[in-house]
Amino acid sequence: MFEQYLPIFVLLGVAFVLALAFMALSRFLGPYRPNTVKLKPYESGMDPVGQAKDRYSIAFYLVAMEFIVFDLEVVFLYPWAVRFLDMGTGTFVAMTVFIVILFIGLIYTLKKGTLDWDMKNFKYEALKK
Amino acid sequence: MNYLLDLQSFLPGIIVAVAGLAAIMLEAFKKSANTSFSVTIGGIAVALLFAIQSLYGEAGTAFSGMIVYGGVGAFGSVVVLLGALFCVTISREYLRDLDLHNGEVYGMILFSTTGMLGLAVSNDLITLFISLETMSICLYVLAGLMKNEKIGAESALKYFLLGAFSTGFLLYGIALIYGATAATNLTEIAAAAQPTFLFLCGTGLLFVGLFFKVAAVPFHMWTPDVYQGTPTTITAFMATAAKSATFVAFVLVLTRMLPSSEIGDWQSVLQVVAILTMIVGNLIALAQDNVKRMLAYSSIAHAGYLMVGLAAGNEAGYAGVLYYLFAYTIMNAGAFGVIAYYERNHGLDFTEIDSYAGLGFKVPVMGVMLSVFLFSLAGIPPMVGFIGKYYVFAAAVQAGLIPLAIIGVLASAASVYYYLRVMVYLYFKEAHKEYSLKTPGFLFKWTLILLAVLTVYYGVEPVLPTSSLMELISSYYTV
Amino acid sequence: MIEIDWYLALSAVLFTIGLVGVLIRRNAIVIFMCVELMLNAVNLTLISFSSYHGDVTGQILVFFSLAVAAAEAVIGLAIILAIFRNNLSVDITKVNLLRW
Repeated sequence: MFEQYLPIFVLLGVAFVLALAFMALSRFLGPYRPNTVKLKPYESGMDPVGQAKDRYSIAFYLVAMEFIVFDLEVVFLYPWAVRFLDMGTGTFVAMTVFIVILFIGLIYTLKKGTLDWDMKNFKYEALKK
Repeated sequence: MNYLLDLQSFLPGIIVAVAGLAAIMLEAFKKSANTSFSVTIGGIAVALLFAIQSLYGEAGTAFSGMIVYGGVGAFGSVVVLLGALFCVTISREYLRDLDLHNGEVYGMILFSTTGMLGLAVSNDLITLFISLETMSICLYVLAGLMKNEKIGAESALKYFLLGAFSTGFLLYGIALIYGATAATNLTEIAAAAQPTFLFLCGTGLLFVGLFFKVAAVPFHMWTPDVYQGTPTTITAFMATAAKSATFVAFVLVLTRMLPSSEIGDWQSVLQVVAILTMIVGNLIALAQDNVKRMLAYSSIAHAGYLMVGLAAGNEAGYAGVLYYLFAYTIMNAGAFGVIAYYERNHGLDFTEIDSYAGLGFKVPVMGVMLSVFLFSLAGIPPMVGFIGKYYVFAAAVQAGLIPLAIIGVLASAASVYYYLRVMVYLYFKEAHKEYSLKTPGFLFKWTLILLAVLTVYYGVEPVLPTSSLMELISSYYTV
Repeated sequence: MIEIDWYLALSAVLFTIGLVGVLIRRNAIVIFMCVELMLNAVNLTLISFSSYHGDVTGQILVFFSLAVAAAEAVIGLAIILAIFRNNLSVDITKVNLLRW
């Protein structure tokens, strides 16, 4: 049964060889003048300093939570989108209701200021003090 | 395709869900908890009217067999909505005192009620699962309302972890049943079921999930902690509406999915669980010094009495369970209501039984009502609790389960001790120091009075010539 | 073609790992991850039965189970945050105010 997987192994091999070849080519052909900034993992991003245990804003958690919920909406939308032309108006109405309910949730969360990145009117900040 | 008829058959649930959306929108835009409160009361009341109307209508299935309407489901919806209505009406004053009064609470209560309504009418394991989760997830939030108190956060965490754990069992059970029968519809499962290992495992796990939710021993551990750490009126909501909805779903599963004893001897399992639940619930309740915790164990014990009706497995048993749920909702909402009234005067530790000393004479109407509710919970005639117990135990005798009925009667006799103990403190102990009790608000007081009147009225109604409630319930099982 | 038994065995093993994890771990977040593992093991069971029976209902139930798991994750994280604020720890052995 392993014959079925042969193309995958071939692909893996090709990818490995190609990657090595390109790295070697750029190393030998290109100029190599390292400095601190260039060697950082994220050359133009955040400084990766500090410990993993640093506390950061609660806003990240809130946005993450909301992301999970709205992300899952797509799970229902995709199968429906593939089939909805065959399914009649009933499913269209049902899906509209579903989206409207989620939209109400979005309005609620906007109104409550969860998506505000401006920390000044963030009510959880008040709790900390 | 009769889309509108389908929607109409789940009208109470839709009304409640729309009211819930309205409640949180009002909170977001108007910041007015009172408006949300009015919308909540209005929504539940309208839904209740439609549910009562469908009590007398015909029964059938809708949404391609996903839900049932009329009959058992309609009665379950009425009980759930009654529980929700009473808990909301007593919540406002109590939550205001705790500084927790906001629109989201009502939104959560309404969404949870939507889940319960779905649970009470589910005819399909998918509907059952989604409704149960809608109900539970909102209840996790409600359990954590006092999130800045340690015990509030603790009760929410315990409820959430154990609830999610039990969800795993429930879902695994559903998956195995689906694997054994290739169906999720309860009646289709009944038609396709064979007593294979797979099917028995699946049903067993499904039962474990449901036992968790109704707090049957040995899956009751979360109950006292959660009930104690939750605001009292919300506890009333959990103990009445949520428990009723889950029991109605249990009745639907037993009658529609497991109608014949050829696919597993589930009645024996229920008997064992019923005996354990009654004994453990009552025994531990005897040792409680906190009234709220005592009521939590008493609610476990009541789950045991209800389980007796399920174990009887005959028409009288299921009818008895439905009647008992109605009775339990009325008297337990009332008991928690009076406790909430005493509690909110002096903060959270005012649920210890010592602090009840001499309280009965302070605001006489409250003391009398607490006595009525506790008498009813103990099953002393002429209260509704006695009638409920009578129906359930009579059904067990009728099914030939005489030892089970005897254990039930003995357990409920033992329970009289801890209910009466509260009354002894209320009336026969000297108060340690002078407390001043606030006068209860209009809505709060009259809700409790209505509950007390109903407790007594339905205690004598079965012997009146106009008796109708039990006949109505029985008619669901004889057709 | 791999037989359905293997999928069922895998999901049973995953479910058991989750179950044991819930019972023995002390960190609330880890317990919660174990619960999620249990739910996902069940999803695997559902999908294999669905494909075995050639019936789509099981896969639909998986969608709903995913949505429920997401909602539970959100509520759970919020509750665990509340616990952390109160106790400065998510060790459940320190969450012991309520007993008996």
